[in-house]
Amino acid sequence: MPETEEAQRTAVDLDRDYVREVFRAMLRARLLENKLSSLYKAGKIVGGVYLGKGQEAVSASLGASLIKGRDIFAALIRDQAGRTAFGEPLIDCTRTYLGSVLGPMKGRDGNIHRGRPLDGMPAMISHLGAAVSVVGGMLIARRLKGELAGVVGATCVGDGATSTGAFHEGLNMAAVEQLPMVVIVGNNQFAYSTPTDRQFACEDLLDRAKGYGVGGHSVDGTDLLACTKVIGNAVKLAREGNGPQMVVARLLRLSGHGEHDDGSYVPPVLKDSQLGRDCIETGVVQLIESGIATVEEIERWKREFTDEVQAAVAQAQQEPTPDPWDENWNACSTPTGRGL
Amino acid sequence: MSVTYVDAIREAQEKLLREDPRVFLYGQDISKFGGAFKATKGLAEEFPGRVLDSPISEDAMIGMAVGAAIEGMRPIIEMQFADFSSIAFNQIVNQAATHFYRTGVPVPLTVRLPSGGTPGSGPFHSQSMEALYAHYPGLIVVTPATVSDAYHMLLESVALDDPVVYCEHKFLYRWLKAPRINGDQLPIGKARITRPGKHATVVAYSAMVHEAVRAADRLKEQGGWEIEVVDLRSVKPLDIDTVLASVARTGRLLALGEAFPWGGVTAEVISRVCTDGFHLLDAPPRRLNSRDTPVPYHPKLWAAHRPTPETICIALRELLSF
Ligand SMILES: Cc1ncc(C[n+]2csc(CCOP(=O)(O)OP(=O)(O)O)c2C)c(N)n1
Repeated sequence: MPETEEAQRTAVDLDRDYVREVFRAMLRARLLENKLSSLYKAGKIVGGVYLGKGQEAVSASLGASLIKGRDIFAALIRDQAGRTAFGEPLIDCTRTYLGSVLGPMKGRDGNIHRGRPLDGMPAMISHLGAAVSVVGGMLIARRLKGELAGVVGATCVGDGATSTGAFHEGLNMAAVEQLPMVVIVGNNQFAYSTPTDRQFACEDLLDRAKGYGVGGHSVDGTDLLACTKVIGNAVKLAREGNGPQMVVARLLRLSGHGEHDDGSYVPPVLKDSQLGRDCIETGVVQLIESGIATVEEIERWKREFTDEVQAAVAQAQQEPTPDPWDENWNACSTPTGRGL
Repeated sequence: MSVTYVDAIREAQEKLLREDPRVFLYGQDISKFGGAFKATKGLAEEFPGRVLDSPISEDAMIGMAVGAAIEGMRPIIEMQFADFSSIAFNQIVNQAATHFYRTGVPVPLTVRLPSGGTPGSGPFHSQSMEALYAHYPGLIVVTPATVSDAYHMLLESVALDDPVVYCEHKFLYRWLKAPRINGDQLPIGKARITRPGKHATVVAYSAMVHEAVRAADRLKEQGGWEIEVVDLRSVKPLDIDTVLASVARTGRLLALGEAFPWGGVTAEVISRVCTDGFHLLDAPPRRLNSRDTPVPYHPKLWAAHRPTPETICIALRELLSF
């Protein structure tokens, strides 16, 4: 199979530990998201559930290429795998979805709108594209403090988000400032139900990189080894001072927009195409055939992560939910700001 | 030597840049060019690398400030005109304003909005946006009316850990002068009695404070009326205690603002006074705002669009004759 040959060739110059780390984060995220999906269907989740199924290779390759405690990762809607790879504990996710008051958002915000801004993980707002300039500002601050050397700031957007003014303004600003930023565009062919031909008219979103004056990279988002290589390289280029890098990953969302959505508008021919491959399945084949991991190891990881997910869910479920009486209802941090 | 309102804003920024390494300025044409109104003149040369020209990207400018504030900086963002902050509306009200409540991490940033009308500026360079921002929890909205307040309140805005929308009035930039910046500052959230009186209270803010004082002077001359003028100074927080105390003395209230008439600061003032001080009122409270059209371009139309000493006097006479 040419695919396998390519996998072996690609694997030769990849760091084995990095690829294993990416795959482990993918698997952890998938098992967690499967669980979230069943919890949603059982009515146990507060609000909606948004999954990154099919996008784990892209997201985790980014998360694992970043350095926690130094870099910045503004995760978006499909980034459970990237968050996990970057080092966000699973319990942050289950607490936020299950409404535990001990979660990072204390019940004040939910699901994917979570973060730890002081640990390099800004918390997304819903408004698409808005995180790009926030990452830019974090990097500009580092530059002003003289702490930018070796730092990368990254964020992910979908094909739909590239149509927003905020995305354009943010990426253009990063390019003007030559910031070490990586923006991953997960082109999963749909923005909710809207196909890409109603979203943009350029041939390929990659064409835009040239327009912005940033590095441009394209990758098959269903191919684990290709993702680790291309995204790892983009992060490296940004880190080494080559300015912003944009990676366009081609793939398909393997779930509805959220778990409330059956995605019935996705044509079967797309699901059956190369775009519709499951990156975890291709990943398993690639790891085994290239000798990066064994079948037994992968099975062991699955068992380990299933237990870990179960524990994170059970813990969050036992924890208190927010009490309106204990809530301080302060939108501002200063006494001045608390005045009406 | 005298100090203008815009000098005070420039001097406050100079002091902040000099004394606080966390402060930097970001905005269109603000570095070498010194800004559309020269509020940053010379600062780029004095503080290299800390006064940065931005692209014409209001959304990204505020998103950038939020990111920088998370990282411990104190950005001051200059909008070229308040009107263009509509492009940044999302980042101001959804990103900056929600940040502390959602994450527990404050985002101390200051957005300077050159606000309000000047003759010939037209619909898109004259707007007063304070009510829109005051509507959102998580923001402080200040509206200095004097040279000294412009100075001290900018210093305090930047020192506060919360996002502040600092509405500076363009009409006051060069027209308003003081011999020097004085030391009688009040904290943000405290209103000031600009002119004491006993027959009626005018609650105003920003440039309208000066129009209210002119109207009060005329009524004094023409009929011996003593009109009290309260300068809100900040519209959020709104110092309703000072307003109620004034209404308790005068029994009559006119709420005055340059912004559009539907809703807004004047409606908020009236609603609170009616709720908490209904028994203090000897007459139905009145509001006076601009007319309900976009701000017109021609100076003759502009002058008739906003409240003027004439229209304020008419409103006050109606109030006094009830
Ligand atoms: C500015 C804005 N408009 C509308 C929405 C509602 N919305 C949420 S997700 C989504 C689709 C996003 O598509 P895309 O950017 O391609 O990302 P994907 O969900 O496919 O990963 C929409 C329209 C939003 N969150 N933000």
